[in-house]
Amino acid sequence: MRKMLAAVSRVLAGAAQKPASRVLVASRNFANDATFEIKKCDLHRLEEGPPVTTVLTREDGLKYYRMMQTVRRMELKADQLYKQKIIRGFCHLCDGQEACCVGLEAGINPTDHLITAYRAHGFTFTRGLSVREILAELTGRRGGCAKGKGGSMHMYAKNFYGGNGIVGAQGQIFEAYNMAALWKLPCIFICENNRYGMGTSVERAAASTDYYKRGDFIPGLRVDGMDILCVREATRFAAAYCRSGKGPILMELQTYRYHGHSMSDPGVSYRTREEIQEVRSKSDPIMLLKDRMVNSNLASVEELKEIDVEVRKEIEDAAQFATADPEPPLEELGYHIYSSDPPFEVRGANQWIKFKSVS
Amino acid sequence: MAAVSGLVRRPLQQMTVRDAINQGMDEELERDEKVFLLGEEVAQYDGAYKVSRGLWKKYGDKRIIDTPISEMGFAGIAVGAAMAGLRPICEFMTFNFSMQAIDQVINSAAKTYYMSGGLQPVPIVFRGPNGASAGVAAQHSQCFAAWYGHCPGLKVVSPWNSEDAKGLIKSAIRDNNPVVVLENELMYGVPFEFPAEAQSKDFLVPIGKAKVERQGTHITVVSHSRPVGHCLEAATVLSKEGIECEVINMRTIRPMDIDTIEASVMKTNHLITVEGGWPQFGVGAEICARIMEGISEKLVLEYSQAVIIMYLNIHWIKRSETRDGQVTWFNLPCVQLPGCSCCSSHWC
Repeated sequence: MRKMLAAVSRVLAGAAQKPASRVLVASRNFANDATFEIKKCDLHRLEEGPPVTTVLTREDGLKYYRMMQTVRRMELKADQLYKQKIIRGFCHLCDGQEACCVGLEAGINPTDHLITAYRAHGFTFTRGLSVREILAELTGRRGGCAKGKGGSMHMYAKNFYGGNGIVGAQGQIFEAYNMAALWKLPCIFICENNRYGMGTSVERAAASTDYYKRGDFIPGLRVDGMDILCVREATRFAAAYCRSGKGPILMELQTYRYHGHSMSDPGVSYRTREEIQEVRSKSDPIMLLKDRMVNSNLASVEELKEIDVEVRKEIEDAAQFATADPEPPLEELGYHIYSSDPPFEVRGANQWIKFKSVS
Repeated sequence: MAAVSGLVRRPLQQMTVRDAINQGMDEELERDEKVFLLGEEVAQYDGAYKVSRGLWKKYGDKRIIDTPISEMGFAGIAVGAAMAGLRPICEFMTFNFSMQAIDQVINSAAKTYYMSGGLQPVPIVFRGPNGASAGVAAQHSQCFAAWYGHCPGLKVVSPWNSEDAKGLIKSAIRDNNPVVVLENELMYGVPFEFPAEAQSKDFLVPIGKAKVERQGTHITVVSHSRPVGHCLEAATVLSKEGIECEVINMRTIRPMDIDTIEASVMKTNHLITVEGGWPQFGVGAEICARIMEGISEKLVLEYSQAVIIMYLNIHWIKRSETRDGQVTWFNLPCVQLPGCSCCSSHWC
């Protein structure tokens, strides 16, 4: 019966009648949800941690799959555009780390506030901006989310404070830990541990690589950052901890980036291609979710492939826009220096060149 | 004459700069519950220099917050709070310590509105004493007017007297941009006459406008912060020799009110800039550059000689004060000024 259904659906799909194939696919009974075992988190100063099993609904599964695939494709498209020199400047890609941004968003509310460092494209998307706005910002066009003036590391959205280019202050983080704990601020400190700080492995940079313990008096969790369900459960746990008024908590997500640190780093001088390949074949977050969903009858391979096709198209359209959209006009070079001020003049490269500045 | 004027005049209120800043912050804390103050010793100690005296008692832990000694950390926390919609006043015990946090001031605060294409304003005030104090040596005496004044996206103000101090801190708090308020420790205890309008809860000194403290015709003297007082004293001394100085109190470093300075130089043809910072790449250097650019269009047409004398670092002015407060002025090194009408041998 199944084989016949599959054959019929193939024929009908060939006729490019989407609704028909959908009807056929929908008539096949999918499970509404499934329960999965997830890896236990390592705990620091915590009696108990997140649960080791979780329920994934079909709806959520499809949503997460689509989001992760979108981030993946968007990053790969950015890679392509960068190599074509349509994107310039800095470009730090997060492919491989999709489970982190999507899983995190799944565990918090849209009203929560999020801030991150320069590897920000994934978070910009999960916090609500469209691929179109993101790619157009990368290509520096006026349709970009920061009107082309921020670029890769300076994208902002509601309750999302970027995208920040200046990082790397170990001292600062400890100052922040101290004050957060002192004042019991409801803050989750997250370390996406992708094993390398630029080109330096964590073993060569950190006296202790147990980052989840380095909050000292702040409790911590070490989480499998390649498993979106693990990230989601850990985030839910951490968020509940903070919301209960107990103060800050730390989360270390063990993850991996396929690309180098940025587009100017090939990413193979400090690690082997074999290592990258191994992670890709054994721990890829999208593959892991897909296998889980297909094996538990939450979705079919065809359905997920359909999502792939849709995502690909969305990215293509966005890339077209990002390439064709004009750059912000030169007259706006001086805009947005001050907020809420009347317009004023800004001196240009010499005293006879003046730019108008509007808030 | 003195007796008559004494009968007619009512005594004006005297207010120290410290109390003026305190009053300004108090009024703004009362007016808007989003305003809060954080910094080292601001709460229970009443402020390292007692500028925030009484505020913690009045407003409590949530509005007046003592921080640990971690400038980078608490400046970052303040910037984050501003981004999320609060209106923090971040105090640096002196601006020398702001160097620890300067990345947060410049990169996280000043540049963000621009780099977000106008999406993310940062309504924060960074305030504290700036410049030289009494014998505290090099590391604790730097003037940061030129460094912060260099950066677009920041507003930088430098009050001299009580009126400036109250009006500017209130304007800074109400401004939706990051504002650096450069106070001066030695001025905190100095009382000034406080005009009636300054006593109002809505008294504001506009940011970006200089004030002519003393009208004059022979020479323009431009300054900011404590040196404004020295310039007025110098003007009094020179007045006895028949030289009338026009003393301009910049009040704002950025955006600089060059129009007021230019109008004055057009009138007097002579300019001296006086500051507490180092000469190279300083505030005076910027004023000279702008006057020269402006002059090249205006004064060349109208006057045969437009002269910038030189600008002086405060340490070059020889002012001697004995322990009992007696002040002597020494003449500065000679400068031969073409077209100068008074004399040919000493500075005028």
